[in-house]
Amino acid sequence: MSGIEGWETVVGLEVHVELATETKLFCGCRNAFGSEPNTNVCPVCLGLPGSLPVLNRAAVEYAMRLGRALGCRVDASTFSRKNYFYPDMPKDYQVSQYDLPINIDGVLELPDGFRVGIERAHIEEDTGKSTHIGGGGRIHDAAYSLVDYNRAGVPLVEIVSRPDVRTADQARAYAHELRGILLATGVSDARMEEGSMRVDANVSVRREGDETLGTRAEVKNLNSIRSLGRAIDYEARRQVDRLEAGERIIQETRHWNEEDGRTHTLRSKEEAYDYRYFPEPDLVPLAPDADWVNRVDAALPLLPAARRAALAASAGVATADVATIVDRGHDELAGAAIAAGADARTVLNRVGNDLAGDLGALDAAGLAALVALETGGDLTATQAKAVLAEMVTSGRAPAAIAADLGFEAMDAGALESVVDGIIADHPDDWTQFVEGDEKARGKLTGFFVGLVMKATKGQADGKAVTALLRQKAG
Amino acid sequence: MPRISTEDVAHVARLARLRLTDDELVMFTGQLDAVLGHAADVEALDLDDVPPTSHPYPLSNVLRDDVVTPSVDRAEVLAQAPDVEDKQFKVPPVLGEAP
Amino acid sequence: MSALEIAAAVRSGERSARAVLDEHLAVIDARDGELHAFNLVLADEARASADAIDARVAAGEDPGPLAGVPVALKDNLCTRGVATTCSSKILEGWLPPYDATVVERLAGAGAVLVGKTNLDEFAMGSSTENSAFGPTRNPHDATKVPGGSSGGSTAAVAAGMASIGLGSDTGGSIRQPAALCGVVGMKPTYGRVSRYGLIAFASSLDQIGPITTTVADAATVYEVIGGHDPRDSTSIPERPPVVAPTLGDGVAGLRIGVIDELMEAEGMAADVLARTLEAVAALEAAGATVGRATVPAAVYGITAYYLVAPAEASSNLARYDGVRYGLRVDAANTADMNEATRTAGFGDEVKRRIMLGTYALSAGYYDAYYGKAQKVRTLLIRDFEKAYEEYDVLLSPTTPTTAFPIGEKTADPLTMYLNDVCTIPSNLAGHPSMSVPFGAGEDGLPVGVQVLAPSLGEATMFRAAAVLEGAMA
Ligand SMILES: [Mg+2]
Ligand SMILES: [Zn+2]
Repeated sequence: MSGIEGWETVVGLEVHVELATETKLFCGCRNAFGSEPNTNVCPVCLGLPGSLPVLNRAAVEYAMRLGRALGCRVDASTFSRKNYFYPDMPKDYQVSQYDLPINIDGVLELPDGFRVGIERAHIEEDTGKSTHIGGGGRIHDAAYSLVDYNRAGVPLVEIVSRPDVRTADQARAYAHELRGILLATGVSDARMEEGSMRVDANVSVRREGDETLGTRAEVKNLNSIRSLGRAIDYEARRQVDRLEAGERIIQETRHWNEEDGRTHTLRSKEEAYDYRYFPEPDLVPLAPDADWVNRVDAALPLLPAARRAALAASAGVATADVATIVDRGHDELAGAAIAAGADARTVLNRVGNDLAGDLGALDAAGLAALVALETGGDLTATQAKAVLAEMVTSGRAPAAIAADLGFEAMDAGALESVVDGIIADHPDDWTQFVEGDEKARGKLTGFFVGLVMKATKGQADGKAVTALLRQKAG
Repeated sequence: MPRISTEDVAHVARLARLRLTDDELVMFTGQLDAVLGHAADVEALDLDDVPPTSHPYPLSNVLRDDVVTPSVDRAEVLAQAPDVEDKQFKVPPVLGEAP
Repeated sequence: MSALEIAAAVRSGERSARAVLDEHLAVIDARDGELHAFNLVLADEARASADAIDARVAAGEDPGPLAGVPVALKDNLCTRGVATTCSSKILEGWLPPYDATVVERLAGAGAVLVGKTNLDEFAMGSSTENSAFGPTRNPHDATKVPGGSSGGSTAAVAAGMASIGLGSDTGGSIRQPAALCGVVGMKPTYGRVSRYGLIAFASSLDQIGPITTTVADAATVYEVIGGHDPRDSTSIPERPPVVAPTLGDGVAGLRIGVIDELMEAEGMAADVLARTLEAVAALEAAGATVGRATVPAAVYGITAYYLVAPAEASSNLARYDGVRYGLRVDAANTADMNEATRTAGFGDEVKRRIMLGTYALSAGYYDAYYGKAQKVRTLLIRDFEKAYEEYDVLLSPTTPTTAFPIGEKTADPLTMYLNDVCTIPSNLAGHPSMSVPFGAGEDGLPVGVQVLAPSLGEATMFRAAAVLEGAMA
């Protein structure tokens, strides 16, 4: 869905990512997903009386790496306490960066060139995990809850965008691109389904041309990039419907329900939150010097946007396959094959469409050789795909594989005699082909090409067969 | 004029998860009002150009290496808990998601 | 016998740690029923560790500078597997799974832990009356308070139930009871002694320190427990805490300033003032140059303290929610359970400070209260800096009066708070200071004089303290 007539949707995104450190943010407990409950805990991350936090250097390094990848300025920063009671939070306050975050003022550029401003990317600690028992696992109907503190104190970076996103597609592209950056930099494994990347969307609407922002709702519980898009479309529609009915939007948190495709308000108890932020006295200021920032910059890998640009430049074209290839991390292979002289379009086509998973034993020289066979007419597209699959498993040269599979290019005479034989075997269909209109011909072309392929065990080139049929029909 | 009302104290008690009887509410309001009254001297100071001190001894960049240290024995931790089930801390129903 | 004398005798094999311990346990038997310094006496465990010390001495080993010295530990310091209560019902029965850093260091120096001592609940108070387990009494006069909040450790040392004690000092909680009980009490520079395992009251003010009968004992205990700890981010990494070698250097040539604002503090008693002036005279006689110092922002100390400390406390004490350890009072849902637990588990003074701190941090009041109080700390630090351009150490009374009767100030929190007027400025500035006994008041009860020094100025501070101690001998 794109846009509602006369209205503009405004979205800001808050993304929490768990950092891929060995240990937690403030203690040496293992930062691991899926451990036995309450085994990765100590006095610090259980918030036991008398315990004190000590900041993990790697968490700071990862946060800076992400910040720099997003073009942020790394600044002197401090930690604060955000105070509220909740059983999965062992100290009943969260240590987070509040007025002075480590990363400020960056930008994330979407593949289509649209730029989303990044307000800040700050460090904070994760909470434990509650399981609600009884009532179908829903918090409201549960008989009681069980708390596991393995996740408590796991390092997070919260990336807060400016309200620049205007459509669900852009929001999806933002989440997708951010995920690509997280993976490229090794900052997080960014698994939305395991909760190591959690996206909340602040959604508001305003009449087209309005300057001021509307009242926003914060939409949570978005467990996939797909639900992010659906939830934004739903929520924007809901807000427009209310406003058009003369009602007001309430600033609130709403939860996306994947099953009914709606957002729901979940405020069950009238609770006023007042977080009473104040500087965390147990932690001292963090002020990375220029040296450290420079080292982080120098170690940054090429990011997806730069890799797309590089591949498109070396290919001389920017097809949709380029983004797919970079997403899958196959751009280095594709670029090297093109540099080795292989036809760029064919390379992008093969790598973008026929190499979904692991590259296995495939290398750039092999790929270039395969593409040369295809563009030289020695292999048909269908054959090339089959050879490619075999190259991934065995790593053998494409010509040898083609020979084993019996893929030999047919000469024109041989092909013509096969086609003539098939025409003779199907006189009625041939008459229809010769006398029919373009639509009928189109249908019958498939029929005849299929028979030729069957007869030649796929060795015939489909395009050559079609041309021959049209030539014979006159 | 009192600096803090019984409504303020009731609000603050709620935020701090404390329940007060009516008598306590009146008593605490009076006592807090006296303490805040004593704070009038500081309230009157013009300190706009003075930076706050949150740490009396200036240190920065205190960091530890990302090295795993042994966790605490689960049995020892759970033995201290008021209620436990399936090796987890058991609590009565939680009303409402975390904010 | 001082702790240093005990340690020397035990290390040389002249006396056994066991015999030393049994003498102290006998005093506990005789007097603690009345004084109630201890929440828990660890007689069996103490005998076992005394015997272990003796065995090491017999084997030719040196158990360390506090070999066989019986120590009383304030019950807000975590001890593995030993109940640590903060004198609060909310922590009753809690067994920490770890030892505080200071506990490890004392054990490493050969000290013998005799018990956990009473305090004002969560160290919030100046009289040790705010304990869920009943008040501690002053060994010099059992109708009087011992001061607080480290009243238990202080009474234990003053009565000879332990040779040394550890307390924590957030606004005077070591120095004020030391003055009222006639012993030495020292608060180190903030960051000098690790807070790891000290149950937090106000994190930016709390420091652990020694309570002893002699200045030299305080110096040794400070050296044992002080120094960098990687488990406390606010622990000072540089310059190890060394004070003993210069302890006897005297004050000749030192410049010593008496703080005007504290001499003139509200409620300052004439006899306390008189003793303080005598102390000044003693220092001058020993060769120091003395003069009047001014620390104008000291008059705002109480106000700033009673905003900063409760604010931090309101957050530090949120974790007592009935979920993971300690008391739980059941209710239909978790929020109500939290509330029922905290309502039943905390005493009035703790509730008062939690509410005051919550208010000081709450939306709309932060700038006026907490924010302003943190700026006053800056003013105070600047004023001290100026004073220390002229003087090496500063001097003041430790408390406005001698020990007051039990029950006298409990109904009026503000009056109780004013008791800390002289001790609070050092906490707000993070500076070291200590109380040294200096004579008695008109009621015959001990008076303490406070020596203050700039950050990391402990060595000079101890020199002045030693001269004052010598002047009384
Ligand atoms: Mg957050
Ligand atoms: Zn931990």
